[in-house]
Amino acid sequence: MTEISLFPIVFYLLAAVTVVSALGVAFSNNIFYSAIALMGALLGTAGLYVMLAADFLAVVQIFVYVGGILVLTLFAINLTSRIGDVSISNRSIGRLPSLLMLGLVGTVMVRAVLGGGWNLVDVPEAEPTIATIGNGFLTDYILPFELASLVLLAALVGAVVLSRKELKEERG
Amino acid sequence: MLQQFLDSLIADGVFGGLPRDIVYLIGMAAAGALVVFGFVLNVAGVTTFVERRVWARIQSRVGPNRVGPQGILQWLADGIKLLMKEEVIPFAADARLFKLAPFIVTIGFIAAFVAMPFSSVLIVADLNLGILYITAMTSLVVVGIMVAGWASNNKWSLIGGIRAAAQIVSYEIPAALSIFTVILVTGTLSMQGIIQQQGWGPWDWFIFHSPFTFVGFFITFISLLAEGNRTPFDLPEAESELVAGFVTEYSGARYLFFFLVEWGNLYVISAILVTLFLGGWQAPPIPVISDSAVGRNVLEFLTFFLKSYFGVVLMMWIRATLPRTRVDQLMTTCWKYLLPIAFFNFMGTALWVLVFPEGFRFAEILLTAVGFGLLGYFAYRVAFHLRRSGAQITLSPLS
Repeated sequence: MTEISLFPIVFYLLAAVTVVSALGVAFSNNIFYSAIALMGALLGTAGLYVMLAADFLAVVQIFVYVGGILVLTLFAINLTSRIGDVSISNRSIGRLPSLLMLGLVGTVMVRAVLGGGWNLVDVPEAEPTIATIGNGFLTDYILPFELASLVLLAALVGAVVLSRKELKEERG
Repeated sequence: MLQQFLDSLIADGVFGGLPRDIVYLIGMAAAGALVVFGFVLNVAGVTTFVERRVWARIQSRVGPNRVGPQGILQWLADGIKLLMKEEVIPFAADARLFKLAPFIVTIGFIAAFVAMPFSSVLIVADLNLGILYITAMTSLVVVGIMVAGWASNNKWSLIGGIRAAAQIVSYEIPAALSIFTVILVTGTLSMQGIIQQQGWGPWDWFIFHSPFTFVGFFITFISLLAEGNRTPFDLPEAESELVAGFVTEYSGARYLFFFLVEWGNLYVISAILVTLFLGGWQAPPIPVISDSAVGRNVLEFLTFFLKSYFGVVLMMWIRATLPRTRVDQLMTTCWKYLLPIAFFNFMGTALWVLVFPEGFRFAEILLTAVGFGLLGYFAYRVAFHLRRSGAQITLSPLS
């Protein structure tokens, strides 16, 4: 009996979906199409997390990015008029500096991919990760965890302040 | 569950020399087809018929009663009619996204059934993140609704889509917080794990576990109603203002899928509530039937189905009797009332679990008594008003 595994096929499928959608996000002229392509990229990434046996991360990826951030993005797009003909506002930078930036960043990224010794491990058995993550957050990584909550709280208060100001101007 | 079953079949040599992954693929496709065609489509379809009959009865009308005995085949006739109809795509619409939207909505809806615990054995996959997975998957439905609203290139559709997004994103927060009160008590996210920690009697259900879960049940119920776009929160398709909201331009089979999801969602909402708060499939032990594994599972399936369908009928009742809220009222309810109560509940449950890690028997029994007392008082008031108004009541559903 030959053991054919679907694992690599599924991986390449998911990788292709992710990369093609990501390209769609970048190159689409219509911003709504970009947002829908973003959904493909996010779902593909969630699938890749599943293949890495990071089930909690995958579900949270869908929950937060697709259910929250993508919906807010679509919400903003739906409230925007004339999204078909976008006039690009930052033409002042020009081609040469952008090519220079691309070269610099591209070199660093290619060097990182080729030269960074990849830490290869066997695919771990799928086992519940949520308890480990929870314990990690509340013991070893409590400082980064609390800092992140503080940043989010500041963002929340900031949003409230911004929307309050507008209200006052309307009244005045 | 599916995996163990397939493994046992492979061990018995049923599939000959087929590779394991291929067998899994076939098994998943078969289970998916079974769940979708055998259960989801039928439940959603029959629910449309039941809903129309229940509304008709509440509003002193007859309702559909021509196709088949008492109109029981009406849903099939409607489905066939919609499938045969011409599909109109408006000239100004974005045809590609217009066609894509029903797929996204249907995927988000059907994916939720993967972790639905119909009985102690009947579950496609008992994911250890069950409830989180279901809430994540149902959020795909919103994306589909927004795509439908935008792609239709119609004012009503667009407003419907925007309302749906605002509503669902807002109500997701109190819903998730109230669902987490149960998670705090169980310490597991698995649907089967949550049900196994409850019992068949109401005093063992999580709704009566502590005062906080008791309130949490109602917050979850209201929030899920809003997330499912049900009256009194059906603003995304408010017929009196927006024609039909985000489905205005849809016709034929695509329209059918939107409505399939809408009615099927009733069952999903009820099933989530039953799993979390009302004991799931935990059936009372009946001497002869519970001894065999098959009999026990049939009993559990019936218990789960009846409890969930009771919730479905409750939502029909609410839809037939309550007016629609305004947009600002909707947001006030969520952000100013449900959210603070949900936060308070969350902290309260955490404290409760800290003080009584094993649960507090006296509180559970007291809450059960209070809960059923309230129900009895409600029935008494309804009976009182029916007597006072001299209403003529025919209890037979066939008349």
